[in-house]
Amino acid sequence: MDVFWQTLVAGILKGGLYALIGIGMTLIMGVMGIINLAQGQLMMVSMYITYVLFSALRIDPYLSLAIAMPALFLLGVLIQKYFLNPLLKVDTILPHNQVLMTVGIGMVLTEVIRFIFKSDYRSVSTTYSNKTFFLGHISFSVALTVAFGIAVMFTLGMFLFLMKTDLGRSIRATAQDKEAATLMGVNTGRITVITFGLGSALAACAGTLLAPVFYIFPDIGGPFTSKAFVITILGGLGSTVGAIFGGLTLGIAESVGSTYLGMDYENIIGMIIFVGVLVFLPSGFKRLTKV
Amino acid sequence: MLKVEGIDVYYGDLQVLWEVSFEVRENEIVVLVGANGAGKSTTLKTISGLLRPRKGAIEFDGLRLDQTPADRIIGCGVVHVPEARRLFVEMSVEENLIMGSLSSAAKARRQERLNWVYGLFPRLRERHSQPAGTLSGGEQQMCAIGRGLMALPKILMFDEPSLGLAPILVQNVFDIIKRINKEGVTILLVEQNVRQTLSFCDRAYVLENGRVVLQGAGRELMTNSYVKEAYLGL
Repeated sequence: MDVFWQTLVAGILKGGLYALIGIGMTLIMGVMGIINLAQGQLMMVSMYITYVLFSALRIDPYLSLAIAMPALFLLGVLIQKYFLNPLLKVDTILPHNQVLMTVGIGMVLTEVIRFIFKSDYRSVSTTYSNKTFFLGHISFSVALTVAFGIAVMFTLGMFLFLMKTDLGRSIRATAQDKEAATLMGVNTGRITVITFGLGSALAACAGTLLAPVFYIFPDIGGPFTSKAFVITILGGLGSTVGAIFGGLTLGIAESVGSTYLGMDYENIIGMIIFVGVLVFLPSGFKRLTKV
Repeated sequence: MLKVEGIDVYYGDLQVLWEVSFEVRENEIVVLVGANGAGKSTTLKTISGLLRPRKGAIEFDGLRLDQTPADRIIGCGVVHVPEARRLFVEMSVEENLIMGSLSSAAKARRQERLNWVYGLFPRLRERHSQPAGTLSGGEQQMCAIGRGLMALPKILMFDEPSLGLAPILVQNVFDIIKRINKEGVTILLVEQNVRQTLSFCDRAYVLENGRVVLQGAGRELMTNSYVKEAYLGL
């Protein structure tokens, strides 16, 4: 039984961070109606920011959140403003050329990082990177537990922001009916820019929190983009609460898969759940949570 | 107060309004009537900046609305209650109302206006925490009107407020519009429901195929032989 609880705990801790990446993607999905296929690459950039701050200036990863998140917010704002929004004005045969643009942006980010840092594996080995503590018979990774706590804090903060502030309401209103939002005085162009910035900042938060426990290399973005994509679909496109459930589900599924089936199955089981949801619950957890 | 002067409006290459001109004076109730596809909704969308005229001008209290960004127009007191209500269906009734009061002037009086709207529509107070998408058609219309009222309108523009409502509710909506007008809000109404609106407005314009073909006082138009034949079926 201990093994099971241990697996569950590991899955939940990881799932909390997945949720953070997923919420970023689902926010962008809701407001712009596009999947941001550079989400994992944005996360990768923040990992490198954390790495540089740590190796050059000895800044603790948790402190570098205060730098990585605003930096990625800014990067997201610039991407939306100068690369994605201009595409809306272009007539093309492909309706979703903004999605293609995000793929391109993801590649450019990866290659720029590879150019600067080479393909070598890097790590942010803090004193707590490999530390664990025990509750009963179950071990908790210190880094992941702290990361989970911070992730929960940012998720709640994001939630409160979306529900209780005028700007947050304007983001939701834009996602639901862009034209009606404009009539209510919402500058929807500005909202898309802010949303992409927020989505990127959440990816940055996850990246920085994961930096002490993951090896960092330029191609780490891709797998996280597909994880975020799975979470967004699991949660029901555009649903924030759904993304939280989606993230936890994926985390637990991967953890169960790697414990009981073997490490090789970690990614496969996530994909099986993904396909299962598409077939049996096509609108995702949104159907169940209604938000 | 509101002056539309010779506007030509296109959807892409397709022209839908030709030289449309009309005027709404302070405290009036003015109606644009016409059949489906005559260009009524297009006219309102152009006033509220969702569409831009290729020719002509729209002036409101000396301000060129056709050159004002769409998201600033509501702050000028020009408020559009759109066709089919267009509520934010996943947000609660109260949040929808709050969305009407984003401008700083409206935000400062948010609580007071909220209470006033709830007084006007007690049903909305009962359902304030319910998602707007779960309201009945009549309640949704009240919510849409309430959302417009939250914006401190000088002129309130309604696009087919009677659409899809039971006859008794239609009367109800028109009563409310009259009441809002008595409170000092100018009304511009777009309707297919010609009989009911002509008897209740001050002045009316008849739109056909994107052109203004007739204008006059509401009661005058009701006795006009063309209107009688084409719209009232007499």
